[in-house]
Amino acid sequence: MKKTLVAIAIMGMGIGAASAADMVVKLGSVAPLTGSISHLGKDNENGARLAVEDANAKGIMLGGKKVKFELMGEDDQADPRTGTTVAQRLVDADVKGIVGHLNSGTTIPASRIYDQAGIPMISPSATNPKLTQQGYKAVFRTIANDVQQGSVVGNFAAKTLGGKKIAIIDDRTAYGQGLADETEKAAKAAGAQIVAREFTTDKATDFMAILTKIKAANPDVIMFGGMDAQAGPMVKQIKQLGISAKYITGDGGCSPEMIKLAGDSISGSVYCTMAGIPLDKMPGGKDFRDRFKKRFGADVQIYSPYAYDAAMAIIHAMEKAGSPEPSKYLPALKSESFPGVTGTIAFDAKGDIKEGAVTVYQYKDGSWVAL
Amino acid sequence: MDTLLQQLLNGLVVGSVYALVALGYTMVYGILGLINFAHGEVLMVGALTALTVITTLMGVSPDMPPLLLLGIGLLAAMVVCMIVAFLMERLAYRKLRNAPRLAPLITAIGVSFLLQTLAMIVWGRNYHTFPQLISTTPMQPIEGVYINPIQITTIVASAIIMVGLVLLVTRTKLGRAMRATAENHRVASLMGVDVNKIISLTFVLGAALAAVAGVLFASNYGIAHYAMGFMPGLKAFTAAVLGGIGNLGGAMLGGIVLGLVEAVGAGYIEHLTFGFLNSSYQDIFAFVILGIVLIFRPTGLLGERVSDRA
Repeated sequence: MKKTLVAIAIMGMGIGAASAADMVVKLGSVAPLTGSISHLGKDNENGARLAVEDANAKGIMLGGKKVKFELMGEDDQADPRTGTTVAQRLVDADVKGIVGHLNSGTTIPASRIYDQAGIPMISPSATNPKLTQQGYKAVFRTIANDVQQGSVVGNFAAKTLGGKKIAIIDDRTAYGQGLADETEKAAKAAGAQIVAREFTTDKATDFMAILTKIKAANPDVIMFGGMDAQAGPMVKQIKQLGISAKYITGDGGCSPEMIKLAGDSISGSVYCTMAGIPLDKMPGGKDFRDRFKKRFGADVQIYSPYAYDAAMAIIHAMEKAGSPEPSKYLPALKSESFPGVTGTIAFDAKGDIKEGAVTVYQYKDGSWVAL
Repeated sequence: MDTLLQQLLNGLVVGSVYALVALGYTMVYGILGLINFAHGEVLMVGALTALTVITTLMGVSPDMPPLLLLGIGLLAAMVVCMIVAFLMERLAYRKLRNAPRLAPLITAIGVSFLLQTLAMIVWGRNYHTFPQLISTTPMQPIEGVYINPIQITTIVASAIIMVGLVLLVTRTKLGRAMRATAENHRVASLMGVDVNKIISLTFVLGAALAAVAGVLFASNYGIAHYAMGFMPGLKAFTAAVLGGIGNLGGAMLGGIVLGLVEAVGAGYIEHLTFGFLNSSYQDIFAFVILGIVLIFRPTGLLGERVSDRA
């Protein structure tokens, strides 16, 4: 009964808006706009803003009325607590869809608030698998998660690097262990043999003992799930023990810091992976970069194309459903498939991107080069 | 066979560093009955001081020979660590010398946090690359066993320092004063020993060893960080207890044994337990050995007169 009343009320609002010239639909964007990764946060917001401006320029009609989209950009300071406060503020402001947040740590707690309010959210950058495993109906992401990353690492090690015998090390953190487990599954499925599974901690600096044991198993490839502070010294010690195996690690080790810490021990046989693809290789990457630069006078950092696609996914779904109301356009969002800047945007049943891209990088002349 | 030899060598390198740090714990305990939990942080201060001095010098005169650079860095680290340890004893511990034993223990933990936070403010949260001035290029003395110059330096330098310390304590007047103070503060002072000076000297000496250990540690792994002192500090404390805290020989033996147990444990635990345990239990393995030793020898491997202290 209550529901029908609400539905009638919403219909009434629709009729009321018809008399006005334009219908205003608010979208929210949340990312850290202050603090150490504020450059990435602003990048995300600009990506969403570009999508909204494109949609307004195109002049989208919903239910026979011209729509003007407005973007509310909020700052979550990369802090989980601020993230939930900001999420509540956006819900109270009656936004119809969310692009954000940036970090897994802020996105997961905030997703609960959006879910309770029934507002769809699409994160352009949170990769922790947990986000889409909470059973929420309206949580999506346009970037590959760490499960997908692990499967790329495993396949690359077994197929491209030709690893028949693979040794796996992880640092026993949720991230490192998760990535290592997924790598192991994928490598086994690709026909490789896991000859050693060793463990360290995220505080260790000495890996000589486990590496000596791994050496005895004579692997072709060593995979490490963990961060750059361990991966750097580990690459050094691999060389010191005269191990010639190739080395691959996930995005935790895919940093300039890793190259510094590994010093002159790093070589072309060291690889790492990162969710997403480099801008040059995206279907609409070149065009996006030029327009982004022209509009904001800044270069694309990392995730703004994913934020653009996230905002576009919401707008497309609204267009298809002919309504900006979450309950109406959510089914369209779940089933849609359209070519975005970063690739085909389509979600699986849990809300993860179907063709989540992961890029493998190889060390070359002092930096990481995308393969 | 070469795998076992390599593991023993790995253990010996790590164990040497543990032993150097353990000596600092054991000397202070022997004289004051105090477990100076801030000792691990002294190692960190040493490594980071050397890092700053070496990188600054490298910027000023890039042609300086690497060994001279390292020598100056090490010297600076030792001086800074000695000052830190002197102030630590003078400001934090001296007033608590006759307080209940829990008070200095808690103070030591506080000093540890203080030093770590100060280092975080001075050197930042980032990991630093420590210049590896002694070569890390591996050599193969035996087929399949790899060792590099910095590892050899670590083992040899530790051995020399340990022998030197034992000679200092057993053969010199200063050493005799230290032993007398450890025996009984009041009687020692009646015999003309300046107890306060001896206690300060003990702290300063331990800090110098920790500085050496810090520089060796950082040179080995090429990394330095404000939280790097915690793990070696904890392990060295374990080594000191394993060997018999208060006993110099015990600290050295404990350090070496702990290093070997860790390396061999990580390498063979899976075979020994038929796949039931793996290398994530590396640290537990070391503590199980400690537990077993303490059950049969409550005062540690070489400990004698701990019972009247503890």
